[in-house]
Order: sequence, then C-alpha cells, then structure tokens
Amino acid sequence: MSWDWEFAIDVLPQLLEAFLRVTLVVTVVGSITAAVLGLIWAIGLRSLPPVPAKALAWVLDFIRMTPLPVQLLFLYYAVPTLSALQVGIIIIGIHYSTYMAESYRAGIDSIPKGQWEATRALSLPASRTWRAVILPQALRATIPSLGNWAIAMFKDTPFLIFIAAPEMVSVARNIGGNTFRYVEPFTIAGLIFLAASYPTAILMRKLENRLAY
Amino acid sequence: MRDFIDAFVSAAPQLWEGTVTTLILSLGGAALAVVIACVLGLAAISRFVVVRTIVRIIVEFFRGTSLVVQMFFLFFVFPMWGIEWDPYTTGIVALGLNYGAYGSEVVRGSLNAVPKGQWETTTALSMSWPLKIRRVIWPQAWALMLPGFNNLLIMLIKGSALAGFIFLQDLTFVTEQLRRTLDTFTAFGLGLVIYFVISLACSYLLRWMELRAQRRLGLKETKTPRTDKALAGGGTA
Amino acid sequence: MPTNQPIIRFQDVVKKFGPTTVLDGLNFDVARGERVTLIGPSGSGKTTILRLLMTLEELTDGYIYVDGEPLTHEERNGRRVARRPKDVSKIRRRIGMVFQQFNLFPNMRVIENVIEAPVHVLGKSKDEAREEGYRLLDQVGLKHRAEHHPLQLSGGQQQRVAIARALAMSPEILLLDEVTSALDPELVGDVLAVLREVAENTDISMLIVTHEMQFARDVSHSVMMFDGGKVVESGHPDKIFTNPDHERTKTFLQAIL
Repeated sequence: MSWDWEFAIDVLPQLLEAFLRVTLVVTVVGSITAAVLGLIWAIGLRSLPPVPAKALAWVLDFIRMTPLPVQLLFLYYAVPTLSALQVGIIIIGIHYSTYMAESYRAGIDSIPKGQWEATRALSLPASRTWRAVILPQALRATIPSLGNWAIAMFKDTPFLIFIAAPEMVSVARNIGGNTFRYVEPFTIAGLIFLAASYPTAILMRKLENRLAY
Repeated sequence: MRDFIDAFVSAAPQLWEGTVTTLILSLGGAALAVVIACVLGLAAISRFVVVRTIVRIIVEFFRGTSLVVQMFFLFFVFPMWGIEWDPYTTGIVALGLNYGAYGSEVVRGSLNAVPKGQWETTTALSMSWPLKIRRVIWPQAWALMLPGFNNLLIMLIKGSALAGFIFLQDLTFVTEQLRRTLDTFTAFGLGLVIYFVISLACSYLLRWMELRAQRRLGLKETKTPRTDKALAGGGTA
Repeated sequence: MPTNQPIIRFQDVVKKFGPTTVLDGLNFDVARGERVTLIGPSGSGKTTILRLLMTLEELTDGYIYVDGEPLTHEERNGRRVARRPKDVSKIRRRIGMVFQQFNLFPNMRVIENVIEAPVHVLGKSKDEAREEGYRLLDQVGLKHRAEHHPLQLSGGQQQRVAIARALAMSPEILLLDEVTSALDPELVGDVLAVLREVAENTDISMLIVTHEMQFARDVSHSVMMFDGGKVVESGHPDKIFTNPDHERTKTFLQAIL
C-alpha cells in the first residue's frame, strides 16, 4: 500500500483540528494543573507532619505507578457528568502532578541547608520563607524538568482514546477504520507529534544549560 | 471490605488472565527495551559521527512520535505492507522500541558519567574497546543506569495498558469489563491495586539491584573480606 | 640494534587546545633507562607531554617516537599521516602511567585491579598474573590488602596499588603524573618510598611530573624546565636546582621551594 498525497491532504485538516482543539488544550491546561498541584504536593511532603506526609507520598506513588487509561476510565465512569475532555484534563493533570512534585522536590532539596537556617535565624514565618527564599531559588532549577514532563504529557494525550475523546490519534484511527487507509493518518499524526515535541525538547535542553548557573 | 473480597474472588479468574497478559507484555517489552537501549546507548558513544547521527535520528524518532501512534502503526499499517505479527509480538515490539529509545539515553548518560580517569586508565593499560567496556566501564555505568531504568519500567508497565486496542485482553481491558458485573469503584479499585502491586514489586526489585550494584563498587559498606579478619588478628590493623 | 637510540623522542611537537598553544614545536630526547623530571609553572604543558605519550591527547603537529618507532603519526612521502590504531596500541603497550587521582577500578578488588590487564591484554595465565600481582603488591607493601576493595584503602594505599598495577604490565616507560598531589601530606612519604625503590631496582625509563623537588632531585638523572610550551633549560638535577642558567628557572624554583 503506497502513500496517497491526495488522501493525506484531505485528512490533514481534520487531524489538525483535533490537534488544536483537544490535544493542545489538554496539554496546556493539563500542564498548568499539574504544575500547580505538583507544587502543592511538594510543599506538603516537606512541611506536613511525618504521618500525613508519608500518606501523601503513598497516594502520589499510587497515582504515578498505575496506568493513565485505567485512571481515565475510572473517572469517566465514576462521574458521568464530566465530559471526556474534562476527564482528560483532570486525570492527565493529576497524573503528571505526581511526576512534577518529584521535580519540585529535587529543586527544593538542592537548596543549601544554610538557607533554611538563615530564615530560622531571621524568624521568618513559613509562608514568607517559602515565597521569598526557597521557591524563587528552587523553581529556577525546576523549570526545565517541568517542561520535559509537559512534553511527556503531550505524548500521552493519545491515551484519551480510551474515553473516546476526539484527540488527534483517535481521529486518525477513525479515519483509518472508515476508509481502510491507515498509513496517511497515522504518519501525519506521528509527524505532528514529532514536529511539536522535538523543538520543544531542544528548547528545554537550552533552557537547562542557561539556567544551570 | 467483605464485599470487596467477595468481588475479588468472583472476578479472580478474569483478573488473573488479564494480569498474565499485562505481565507478558511488560516483561517481554522490558527485555526487548533493555537490549535496544544497550545497543543504541553504546552506539551513541561511538567514535564515528555517522553511527552517532543514525542513533540520534532513531532515538529522536521513537521518543518524538508517541507510543500510541507507534503501536497503531505496527498493528494497522504493517499488515498492509505484508508484515503481520500476532498481537503479543506487536505489543512487545512497540513497547520495546519506544522504551528502548528512552533507555538508550539512560545508557549513554551513564556511560558518559563514568569518570574520565577510568576511561583514561583503560587506555593507559592498553585495553581494547570491548574489553574496557565489558570489564571496567559497564560495571560502573550499570549502577548509574538502574534508577533511570526503574522509572522507565514503571512507564512501560503503564504503557502496556494500550493492549486492549490491539485486541489483547490485558488487565485494563478486564477491569473495564468487570465494571459491568461489579460496580465501577470495585472494578477499578481492583484493577488499580493490581497494577500498583506489579509496579511496586518491579520498582523494589530494581532498587535492590541498584543497591547491590553500588555495594559492588564499594559505595555502600562492603562485607569485610575473610583475609582481612585473619590479618587483623595478626596485628596488621 | 638500536641501543643508543632514545627511548622517547619528541620532534617539533605542537599541541593546541582550541586557540591556546600549549606546546610549541617541542624537541627533546630521553635515553633508555633515563629518569627525567619535568618542572615548570602550572599550565606549562608538563602533564600534556605525558598525556600525549599515553595517547590520551591527540598531537596537533609533529612526531613522537618511542624507541625509534613513530607513536601516533609518521612521515610518509613527506606527508604526516596517522598510524593505524593497531600499530599505535602495539607501541602503547610499552608505556605505563600512574595518575594523580589513582583511578583504581572500583568494581574490582585490589588484586583484580593489578592482574586485569596482564591477563586480558597481555594474555598471561591467571595463575601467573596472580603470582606476579602478589609479588608487586608485596613490593608496594600492600599484599595484605589484596582482597580489599579499592575504596576501603587510604589515598596513599590506592596510589601504591596503582603503581603496582602499572608495573604489572612490565612497561619500558613509566609516566608519573603528579602522583602525590592528591594525597594528604602524611601519606606522601610511603608513595615516594615505593617509587624510589622502583627507580633503584629497575631500568624503566621514567617521565615524572611532580612538585616534590627533593624526590625529583634524588631519583632523576635530569630535570627539564618548561615554560611557554618550550624547554627553557635541562640538565643534571644538582645543576638545575642549585645553579640554573636561566632567570626563569631561578624565579620558579624560588617560588616553590
């Protein structure tokens, strides 16, 4: 079966539309959700008393170590009022927040003990310590890592096929199912992923080097 | 809790079969991924620019195009080109290629992280390339690779959940089926817990391997060799 | 037979790192069995000379000969061509090196470090290599540490193992690159004592880069003073250390002694 340019050009708009309306929306909103939640988890792990902190760590491990599709299906069936897109954003956001929490934690851990001791010596309140001293330093080291998780999340958006959200790969699969031509839609979908993720990954690498010192 | 146990017992045969399918895909995919990661990772530090460039392209391609697309491509497009595999093979190849590409970056990074002095010493001892890699560099890089492999293995296990789309009845598939006979919370509770146990077990296994590798490098306290005790008794200590 | 042929010859050697020229048309010979200490301010290229001989750095221009044979490049039909890796490694086998940072292999026990290359590079039998290894470890005073892990040893002990490891290859040339610089002062003595003994009891040619001037004076046949990528002067250690010809050597020695 050979490549059919006419067919490829035919299906391109549908794929691009799905990409912009679902894939990109889930990625962007999901990333923001994950970044915010991840920070909350990271601060929680650091400042909660030992037992709740341990419990939180287990919950995060549980989410991180179980598959996105099962989590997606679970919320999709458990709360029928949510749309597939909403479920996708919530679950992907939560799932990747557990990874981003690790990134934040590494950033926070990289802050020298002396910084904490200095805030103690100045009797700074906890909120001020975090906002003015710890986070500004920790975030700098964390940003490229968050970016890399956002890219990973982007490449996981096709899992939304499990809850029939019309993202790009499921649209490609439907086109294939209807026309029995799979080569063009899947190739285009793959190339769009590559075209979007590769430059972003390089950008993150550059950012990493720039922020390294 | 009683209900949960009853449900578990009634659903056990199905869950068991789904779990086995998931394990076959995960372990098969992981085995293939390790092989690919090692080959590509070693080729990535080749002296020859051509080899390095080819590896770069392969790795970026598989990292950049999403596992789902790759698996669908293997499953739907390859048969049209006359390459027809059974679903297990398709799943294992897709997982192996994708995570092998990620893994090769772990291997490359770990090889490069072995101190330069170690590489130089192997040159000073006139060791050939295969010899220095096998006897000196790899054993040290191995300890550095395991945390990265640990992460990737968990992702691979989760990625195997795609199996339902290539007509395999894995744990995710079974979980969704069970929702019809059990209720949503029980079915997904069971499915998620089984996945968690599998992932956790794998994670602990790799963590154990990591500690063992570190101990062999003397990074964690080592057992005192027998001769030492004998000699310490002799007053050399 | 090439008996009075220099064991090492540097001929018009140039080494550049990017825009910086470290060695600028360097020429010198080392006679067989001669022990030469290289001195000079840091950055003067002493270590680079050793690393070039060990093929850890690539020559920018010029030639290095080992016992009359070109090391990495040779002149053929008036052109400078690289030698085949196989030929290079054959000559390299005659050279051993001890590094500032010891670089023992952490994945092997002490004795395994020593016999690794004799067994797998020279193809000696394990038993033979082991026997020789124990003898060498005994020579450096560490036979009782043979089954230990490198990281269980002190820096000075690790360096003595590294010396034994280099000697196990029976090198004709031994390169010592600031072998005591990474050691705590109280550990330096043992390492130097071992090296003194090696110097006395063997006819291995040595190129030594060190800050231990007394040691240099005791063991070396000649001292070469480097600066700006060139040899400023060279001669018998007594002469160089007590009555150097060049102002630059004088100021350098005054600064470090």
